[in-house]
Amino acid sequence: MSDTQTRTLKVDALARVEGEGALHVRVKGNIVKDVKFRIFEPPRFFEAFLQGRRFHEVPDITARICGICPIAYMLGASQAMEDALNIRVEGELQNLRRLIYCGEWIESHVLHAAMLHAPDFLGLDDALQIAKENPQLVTDALQLKKLGNDIMDLVGGRAVHPINMKVGGFYKAPKKAELETLLPTLDWALKTCREIALAFAQFDYPDFEYDYTCVSLQHPDEYAINRGTIISNRGLDIPLAQFFDHFGEEHVAHSNALQGKFKNGEPYLVGPIARYNNNFKQLSKNARKLAADCGLGPVVNNPYKSILVRMVETYYACEESMRIIEHYQRPGKPAVEITPGAGEGYGCTEAPRGICFHRYRLDEEGRVTLATIVPPTAQNQKQIETDLRGVVEQNLALGDDELTWRCEQTIRNYDPCISCATHFLKLTIERE
Amino acid sequence: MSSRKPTSKPKLAVWKFSSCDGCQLSLLDCEDELLTVADSVEIAYFLEATRAQVKGPYDISLVEGSISTPEEEKRILKVRKQSRLLITIGACATSGGIQALRNFKNVDDFIDIVYAHPQFIDTLSETRPVSDYVSVDFELHGCPINKYQLLELLNATLNRRKPNIPNHSQCVECKRAGTVCVMVSQGKACLGPVVQAGCGNLCPSHDRGCYGCFGPKETPNTISLADWFSDRQSMPKRDLKHLFRGFTAGSDAFRKESERHE
Repeated sequence: MSDTQTRTLKVDALARVEGEGALHVRVKGNIVKDVKFRIFEPPRFFEAFLQGRRFHEVPDITARICGICPIAYMLGASQAMEDALNIRVEGELQNLRRLIYCGEWIESHVLHAAMLHAPDFLGLDDALQIAKENPQLVTDALQLKKLGNDIMDLVGGRAVHPINMKVGGFYKAPKKAELETLLPTLDWALKTCREIALAFAQFDYPDFEYDYTCVSLQHPDEYAINRGTIISNRGLDIPLAQFFDHFGEEHVAHSNALQGKFKNGEPYLVGPIARYNNNFKQLSKNARKLAADCGLGPVVNNPYKSILVRMVETYYACEESMRIIEHYQRPGKPAVEITPGAGEGYGCTEAPRGICFHRYRLDEEGRVTLATIVPPTAQNQKQIETDLRGVVEQNLALGDDELTWRCEQTIRNYDPCISCATHFLKLTIERE
Repeated sequence: MSSRKPTSKPKLAVWKFSSCDGCQLSLLDCEDELLTVADSVEIAYFLEATRAQVKGPYDISLVEGSISTPEEEKRILKVRKQSRLLITIGACATSGGIQALRNFKNVDDFIDIVYAHPQFIDTLSETRPVSDYVSVDFELHGCPINKYQLLELLNATLNRRKPNIPNHSQCVECKRAGTVCVMVSQGKACLGPVVQAGCGNLCPSHDRGCYGCFGPKETPNTISLADWFSDRQSMPKRDLKHLFRGFTAGSDAFRKESERHE
């Protein structure tokens, strides 16, 4: 190829992602001129129509931002309201929240790893094609995914947009005997999850690494899922209230989702790899052993290996579910009582794709006057484009079809949830 | 994109418009049945699950999401043209979804609240159900849809029979399940009397009132119910309005009732 020839790689509608996204890469000679991960998912304006709604309605409304990770939106909103109203949710109610979140991690991680991401490593279009060659693997993965849904069903009433979660806790606490019905399947799941992870560890992984700035929650007592403070592997450690002192978003023309970045303009990474790198020591012994058996060290910088980290986290989520159910004692009251009032509050949890940040302001009646939600995929957008640039530069020798597929795979490393990313992000920084 | 070899099975396509992906996810959530479904039809277009795409026409199109942009206005016409049967799934596709709340306000104000550069945003002033644009062969309600109803609908369609999807109210579901009425026994506001069944009386069995995921049932008496809330439960006007402005605020019945409390 001559130095002046221009190559354009285009995918108008990305497959195996949640929502509507597109890819546009322009290369001139050996120089990558332009990389755009376009989000054309239509805006839905959640932040605007939340205004005036009562605090207790908010979790049910924000759930509808995303059918794949509703818990992240329900819990983040609930936490923020509790923060604004000075309510503390502890003990078994907090454990139940962690349990239902484990369900969401299992469901979402297995859906992505086995059904959406694994086909890339096998050069196949979808999981149904994997099923033709290895039916047991796909059947097992589906049953594992189902376990995640079953946990959400039992704790939340249903898997997509659960009805049992509220500010202060739950409408009705499940009985121990109901939860215990999950134990035999959880036992099976630990073995199966390990097998699937080890099978995925055999894939050929593209040779690409990046020195990521990893941003995640951290909690002193546990591998952070449902609560914590925000930290990075570069020494950041802040309470939620300081989020906007360090992070911002910009509105770029090619995206209906605002792009997250540090205030200095640098991209950062959220999601499984960020959590794993920041909180590796807090994983259980068996989860760390599984990681080692999959060939992972305590720090992962190859984004394609996110599929393995997702399986390690799935394993951990199964162990955690088991632990919580075994120790569970049904609380006397399903929720903390709440008196509405004015205030401002913050909430942040680890959605399967990374931290999902919420801020709300309430008036005296407990009605929303300001809502700001920063979803994980919006935060990862800039890092995705940075990865794409590096991957294209490193693989210019590949033909267009192969390079395009590699780019798609690179985007899928992030399990992007484009429905989440689009809407509504409150802008705090202008592009300079 | 690669293409798959055509087969003689009925061709199924799944389309997404403005939505949260939850209803099409319900198909992937049929873990026990998914491989059987995939065996009975040719999955010809389902972007969330596969890169493979088979050209139309399609025997069955499942459409998720509402029409909220100029691009979607055009695309839904194309989908209709290519589909023998067009089935809308979920509250967004059947009534406009939660994003239909914009229909009650000036959308330009909404854009200004959310985005710094309104000129980048291309959106319609109102978001509408699919049936406002094209003829629809069946509407499956719910936010999200009930996956067992989806399986029943697919099964019935493939076997050319009428699907067994009830159109009675949530109240009937509670009575059948023996769930004690939360409105009568606990004084909780519940939309059960005017909302279509389908979720399996989820909220009342969890000690909360129905908040309307499945939208209005046929000929709902919303006036009577709203009067009950305001007279007997002293519900403020604004809360009454919001109660009917949820995930199916764009449906005629709930839009009109909410407007009574402006």
